Amino acid sequence: MTATGGAAAAGSGLMAADVSRETVTGGLKAASGGRDTVIIGLEVHCQLNTASKLFCGCSTDYRSDPPNTHVCPTCMGLPGSLPAMNRRAVEYALRVAKALNCRVAEEAEFARKNYFYPDLPKGFQITMYNRPLAEGGYLDIEGNEGEKRVRITRIHLEEDPGRLVHMGTPDRPRYTLVDYNRSGIPLIEIVTEPDLRSPKEARRLLNGLRTTLEYLGVFDGDREGALRVDANISIPGSERVEVKNISSYKGVEKALTFEIARQKGVIRRGQKVQRETRHFVEARGVTTSARSKEQEHDYRYFTEPDLRPLQVRDWVEGIALPELPAARRERFMAQYGISPEHARTLCGELRLAEFFEEMAPCGNPLLAATWVADTLQGELNYREMEIGKVPPSHFRELLEILCRKELTDTAAVEVLRRMLDQCLKGGEVQSPAQIMEKNMLGKTAGDAFTNVVREVIAECGDAVRDYRAGRGEALNFLVGQVMKRTRGRADPKELTRILRDELARQGT
Amino acid sequence: MVSEEEVLRIAELADIGIGKEELPPFTRDFNAILDYFAVLDRVPAGEGWKAEIANVLREDEVTPSLPREEVLALADAAEDGYIRAPRVM
Amino acid sequence: MARGETHRDPLNAFITLAEIPPRAPGRLSGITVAVKDNISTRGVETTCGSRILSGYVPPYDAHVVDLIRNEGALISGKTNMDEFGMGSSTENSGFGPAHNPRDPERVTGGSSGGSAAAVASGMARMALGTDTGGSIRCPAAFCGIVGLKPTYGRVSRYGLVAYANSLEQIGPMAASVADCSLLMEVISRYDPRDSTMQDRPYLPRLDGDIRGMQIGIPAEFFGRGVDPAVADRVRKAIGVLEGLGAVLVECAMPSMEYALAAYYVTCTSEASSNLARFDGVRYGPAPDYRKPWHEAFQEVRMQHFGPEVRRRILIGTFALSAGYHGKYYGKAQVARQHVREDYARLFRDVDLLAGPTMPTVAWKIGGKSDPLSMYLADILTVPANLAGVPAVSVPCGTVRGLPVGLQLTGRPFEDEQVMNAAFAYEQGVKA
Ligand SMILES: [Zn+2]
Repeated sequence: MTATGGAAAAGSGLMAADVSRETVTGGLKAASGGRDTVIIGLEVHCQLNTASKLFCGCSTDYRSDPPNTHVCPTCMGLPGSLPAMNRRAVEYALRVAKALNCRVAEEAEFARKNYFYPDLPKGFQITMYNRPLAEGGYLDIEGNEGEKRVRITRIHLEEDPGRLVHMGTPDRPRYTLVDYNRSGIPLIEIVTEPDLRSPKEARRLLNGLRTTLEYLGVFDGDREGALRVDANISIPGSERVEVKNISSYKGVEKALTFEIARQKGVIRRGQKVQRETRHFVEARGVTTSARSKEQEHDYRYFTEPDLRPLQVRDWVEGIALPELPAARRERFMAQYGISPEHARTLCGELRLAEFFEEMAPCGNPLLAATWVADTLQGELNYREMEIGKVPPSHFRELLEILCRKELTDTAAVEVLRRMLDQCLKGGEVQSPAQIMEKNMLGKTAGDAFTNVVREVIAECGDAVRDYRAGRGEALNFLVGQVMKRTRGRADPKELTRILRDELARQGT
Repeated sequence: MVSEEEVLRIAELADIGIGKEELPPFTRDFNAILDYFAVLDRVPAGEGWKAEIANVLREDEVTPSLPREEVLALADAAEDGYIRAPRVM
Repeated sequence: MARGETHRDPLNAFITLAEIPPRAPGRLSGITVAVKDNISTRGVETTCGSRILSGYVPPYDAHVVDLIRNEGALISGKTNMDEFGMGSSTENSGFGPAHNPRDPERVTGGSSGGSAAAVASGMARMALGTDTGGSIRCPAAFCGIVGLKPTYGRVSRYGLVAYANSLEQIGPMAASVADCSLLMEVISRYDPRDSTMQDRPYLPRLDGDIRGMQIGIPAEFFGRGVDPAVADRVRKAIGVLEGLGAVLVECAMPSMEYALAAYYVTCTSEASSNLARFDGVRYGPAPDYRKPWHEAFQEVRMQHFGPEVRRRILIGTFALSAGYHGKYYGKAQVARQHVREDYARLFRDVDLLAGPTMPTVAWKIGGKSDPLSMYLADILTVPANLAGVPAVSVPCGTVRGLPVGLQLTGRPFEDEQVMNAAFAYEQGVKA
């Protein structure tokens, strides 16, 4: 049993005569030039996080539910059902259009894209064709050579098809199972010009889009299958190849890297790279050729007669955008004095940026930036954990303790690790102070800590005598002993002072 | 004049299925109808028909979906809550 | 529930005889209403006259079904029709033709032929029909009853199985104008589920006063192909209106030349897309799961769609396909706009247009063999659908013993005025 997460890509995407594609083709030719230039354009489909579907009232919260439990006459395509447009989906798409600096259409309209596939309950997909919501925008990303402006060709809304499960094996397919829960989920399609020059840039663009959409509050990139990408790619001497079915951020880079290597190999062998559509097989990290029949489709677009056009110029003007990633980066640097690198990392993910802003008042924003952007991120990545699972109050307490210099860096990392492990396990999560106490991780001379010092003084009579005899290196030995017993969590400088004080106290 | 081959091509695009014995009469009727449609060549140029109202929208509110038993009962074959369809791979 | 019970339904007016009880008392209490079988009824088979929906029992009610049941109506069954509404005689039904109560050897007209036959034979007092290019008015004329195609956007299409979405409306059919008007009043209540509907409910105004009303008579409505006896009968009926105080105005409607072609291109194009959903997967007769998708899908459609449906899917697919889209679908939309402009221009000077509903009386079952001659019978009814304007057919006597319909067309959302003129005529003839 193999599931196609990207049935939308497989379905919605088996196209030949798409407006967007034509634009991309034109651009590809115009843009090709340099000998080693890779030319990439993307079509990005993102599920908008509305409460109900695009054309019916079924809930979009289907991921943890059994198949075919979020369906109604409309999203099942029952005879006589009609679509009714979700206002919030349009609002969200307009926010994206505005944030990506697009020209919003005077009037947009939905059209039917006709093709037969079992994931498409009506035998057509309601999408936008020659009158999309918006055109001609851009997004700035960090490119191969510094800041880079990637042009956005167009943005439109469409409905997601259902999900297919293929029974049997690729060699002996048996039949298909269909789940229509996903059918009718609102998708926004963002098409870029062929301005990208490497798989890495493609991934950065995706990350940029994701961040922007999350800042706008219209998208949740953590949800499985929320993002699907088709990529158009060509290298010098090859025809344009379309790679479909990419459904993750890493997948884009992988698929394109594979495709470049494949095309170079084909050229090296003296063969021609065919103009074709290929599918990305995520599990194997390869692209495979799609059947040629899929490229012969004629989608017979026409205006959707059951819906009315959208006049959105005034609407979009009334939309107030929240602070976007670029603006937030600038503000973080100005307001908190943090480095551009830290600002980029922190603002690259909405929840990370918000988390940092909760931490910044801990007393030292620079320290907070380092700890959130570097230390915490590293620990989270190691655990494949999301920032949302970290209790902000606990982390802030940890930073405050650090600011008060009551904990060494090493010990603070130890506290953090224990805290994260507890978060991951679920159940009660102890506060940093509790963890410190329980594990004797505090830097200050707490009782337990002073006891260790006293123990060492009592047990190492020779060294104490040597110290009193004026042999300075004996103090180093004693410090080492305490460090050993407290497993390195004591601050050596501080410890030296405490030892000296204690010896002086006992000596009188 | 549309040929039988063209009618076959359209039938394939429409996924309608067409029998060998049906093809000649279908093609004949098809051509008679297209001949009649030729009157459209005389239509004066102008704007196409368009809807008169715009921005008909509903609020983003969740309404109940159908009970799954009813959905699956409509289908000929269901399996583990899924609906069965012929293979596409 | 029963199908083909000939003793109870000798005219084959119904595909399914089923009593659906009212939900609450109201303005239709005690009234039996027959519902065309392309209107969704929860728990009662809805076939659209097609074998491909044989056994399909919808899990929901159409908006109009909700409305009439809430007003006390008893639904007596689902009426026979041309498959998916594609026909003008109810001969293209997957369940056999309906028979005209005036002469069972003749067609009822179509596609709402079963609804017309049910009313004309007294099996139901009122009926719901649907009109895409004349499908209410044609059978109303052929069976001698009243039928209204409302203004586009005045009755919710939610639950109407789509044939040509931009053209069709559900409408009332009854033996009298007053009954027809009452049913229209009930079904025109707003429904946000149909985005093409407007919240402008029908408020009946049947006083029969048409003094001073300007009535246009387009020459094209009496042109080539119209049976002279029918034309003569209709002219006499228009004379009655004049006698009641209306002012007659001769006028012209040049877009009639290409209206029928524009209609057929539009409806087949939309139909080719609408009917794509019938693949046997979610409902309807099962596909062969051993075969690959396209093969199984073609097989289902070839086996279960009738020849006229397949012909129209073919034409519509062609009209939308790359290379022909502009020549056919695109041109048809321009033609459609000309029709709309023609009406707008005429309605600046006149309040109503009058003419025959159909060019002939009902023909013998099996009497029209080629599809094009059947299409040509719609020439007088399709313009109202292209423009979305209201039009009623009211009985105006007979020719050779068969009913003739007078068609009255009005401005958009002036269904009340159209019905009032029909009422004036009906009462005027009685007097
Ligand atoms: Zn739904």
